[in-house]
Amino acid sequence: MVLSAADKSNVKAAFAKIGGQAEEYGAEALERMFTTYPQTKTYFPHFDLGKGSAQVKGHGKKVAAALVEAVNHIDDIAGALSKLSDLHAQKLRVDPVNFKLLGQCFLVVVASRNPGALTPEVHASLDKFLCAVGTVLTAKYR
Amino acid sequence: MVHWTAEEKQLITSVWAKLSVEECGAEALARLLIVYPWTQRFFASFGNLSSPTAILGNPMVRAHGKKVLTSFGDAIKNLDNLKGTYSKLSELHCDKLHVDPENFRLLGDILVIVLAAHLTKDFTPACQATWQKLVGVVAHALAHKYH
Repeated sequence: MVLSAADKSNVKAAFAKIGGQAEEYGAEALERMFTTYPQTKTYFPHFDLGKGSAQVKGHGKKVAAALVEAVNHIDDIAGALSKLSDLHAQKLRVDPVNFKLLGQCFLVVVASRNPGALTPEVHASLDKFLCAVGTVLTAKYR
Repeated sequence: MVHWTAEEKQLITSVWAKLSVEECGAEALARLLIVYPWTQRFFASFGNLSSPTAILGNPMVRAHGKKVLTSFGDAIKNLDNLKGTYSKLSELHCDKLHVDPENFRLLGDILVIVLAAHLTKDFTPACQATWQKLVGVVAHALAHKYH
């Protein structure tokens, strides 16, 4: 699956609208993922996952920063996230199915906070982008 | 059998009461066809699906979306017997329509996003969790009679 020029433009525009709230979006996406898909909590036994958790907020900030980095290097997501890809393959080993779950939750956050930004075309592009990020992060698993 | 807490039932019925079944159904199906274009394979007879604009404006898409979401209303009235409720539809989707059940999961995820867009901050994490569970069990019920 390849990101077209229109996809890249849609994704950049969506993230421009999200702007400085990216960290909040990241934290809320995680919170929704833990609530909706409790099995994802198994990767965070060392975290306080209660409401308002500082650790979840901090981790949401990291996730958002990685997405923003991918957007800023959208022509070479694999290059931009290479170190994160190594980390996920060697250390974290999050099962690939979970990236789709987080992606779904991120889209729900965008939809609920900025419905006007999530036109069907942007929805399609963002979904493709999030899939591409997941693919990169799991690319070195085996 | 799926167990629903009182809170889950309340979240389901309260969200349902706020929906326009026609609008949300049409939008969910249109988005399915736009976001996952390979799903158009089931709708060759629907006419012009050549662009997002065409899909969004297509009256057959709108009508079918409404039909699909209306059937969700049946599920909500029969939360304790979803397999029975969807038994005939399951056979239809397998034997006549030949739809891969993965498509039910895709549509379910899209519906959740449409609900989020309509309800905005009222679509809390608890709400999302309940509705993801609902679309999941509906998808499972629709796949149940496959052979």
